[in-house]
Amino acid sequence: MAPKRKTMPRKGAGGRAAHDIGGLNFGKIDRAEHDPALWEKRTDAMQRLLTSPGKRAFSVDGLRRVIEDYGEQVYDRTTYYEKWIRALRNLVVEQELMTRAELEARMAEVRARHAKAGRRVSKAKIPW
Amino acid sequence: MVNRMSARRLEDSQTPRFAPGDRVQVPSRPVLGHCRTPWYVRGKRGVICAVHGRFRDPERLAYHFPGLPAQVLYKVRFAQQEVWPSYRGRADDHIEIDIYEHWLEPAR
Amino acid sequence: MHEDDHDHGAEGAAHGGHAHPPLQKDHDAGTMSPYEVLEEALRSLLIEKGILSAEEIAGAVDLMDSRTPTLGAKVIARAWVDPAFKKRLLKDTRAALLELDIDIGTIAEFATVENTPEVHNVIVCTLCSCYPKMLLGLPPAWYKSLAYRSRTVVDPRGVLGEFGLELPGEVELRVHDSTADLRYLVLPMRPKATRGWSEAALAAIVTRDCMIGTALPRVTAKAGPRRAQRAA
Repeated sequence: MAPKRKTMPRKGAGGRAAHDIGGLNFGKIDRAEHDPALWEKRTDAMQRLLTSPGKRAFSVDGLRRVIEDYGEQVYDRTTYYEKWIRALRNLVVEQELMTRAELEARMAEVRARHAKAGRRVSKAKIPW
Repeated sequence: MVNRMSARRLEDSQTPRFAPGDRVQVPSRPVLGHCRTPWYVRGKRGVICAVHGRFRDPERLAYHFPGLPAQVLYKVRFAQQEVWPSYRGRADDHIEIDIYEHWLEPAR
Repeated sequence: MHEDDHDHGAEGAAHGGHAHPPLQKDHDAGTMSPYEVLEEALRSLLIEKGILSAEEIAGAVDLMDSRTPTLGAKVIARAWVDPAFKKRLLKDTRAALLELDIDIGTIAEFATVENTPEVHNVIVCTLCSCYPKMLLGLPPAWYKSLAYRSRTVVDPRGVLGEFGLELPGEVELRVHDSTADLRYLVLPMRPKATRGWSEAALAAIVTRDCMIGTALPRVTAKAGPRRAQRAA
């Protein structure tokens, strides 16, 4: 689960974008170490593959642009890999590699399969 | 799939606008969309410390354009005291940022 | 086989023996988050549509797993014992890494910045979390945190203080914000007390945080040639 983060309003700072946080003060640094989860490693892997010269579905710049457009409420309250998997989703649809409907249907199937296997599955949606 | 592209870094024989040692300034201009020049250096003056070569423009790549013409990328050194009015550190502390040519102008 | 890639920074000694860091809560236990659901859905559709294969994805995961701070430490140790290599590393990091059979791929270019008695370097990416992962592996959570990204540029001494690093008063602190296609690696200074050490012994004192700039290599009572294998 994403840890609670204090969000810092950027609008009052004269037009600074949500991700452009150099010079703000988000408090003490949490130095706790933990391994990335497998889904996070796979997110990183898919990002590298889809932006590689061999595939070139889109650029990493496109992924960053999507993340930057989330707005500060979302930006400050999601983890790194949550941001990136959502961006991958948005860009594969933007580039017409699959449709929203296909993704939502597949997500429902994934939820159902894991629930059937006894795992608790969040029903929360990730806004488009 | 759109826009098959070659590598981001391009070989180019064109002369860069700036050279190491040049005094430069980052303009304060409004930004629409993706930009890799941080807010905190807008309007600040620095010195070119290295020329990295030409790279495709991320501001265009972000929207699936090829990012051409490629922009010269510079390493620019700023005095921390120039960047932050209330910087608490040494007078000779610096910050170095990689900035594209179209985000630099000669320092006034 | 378990590579010791869980560097705890210069303060690692406080953890005593290398306890495995705690797993995140969402490792197959607890509620499956919507993002984990999304990852599985997206991956399965990409495979079904022939855009990516399961083997490619697994291979890419394995590739990143094979890149760790231990790899970076080897590079630093080589630069410490071989001044000509160090020069090449500073001039063209990609080519120098290739000499050691380390291919950093097409993601980005690398550059190495050298710590000296006059200058201490520290790396950050304020705009996202760019990091030399094709050498060091995936970055630690703190490097990607809003706190580190926001404060390191404006209060680097305060941030280093949180890492337990106090620099001598006359040292210039130089921050590098990785805003474009370059990824930065810090070449720390070789501690004086390591005269005569083998490369392996030297590499053993170079932690991940030394190569980001939030730590310095430490010579402790435990470190030294006796710990690493002697060459012949």
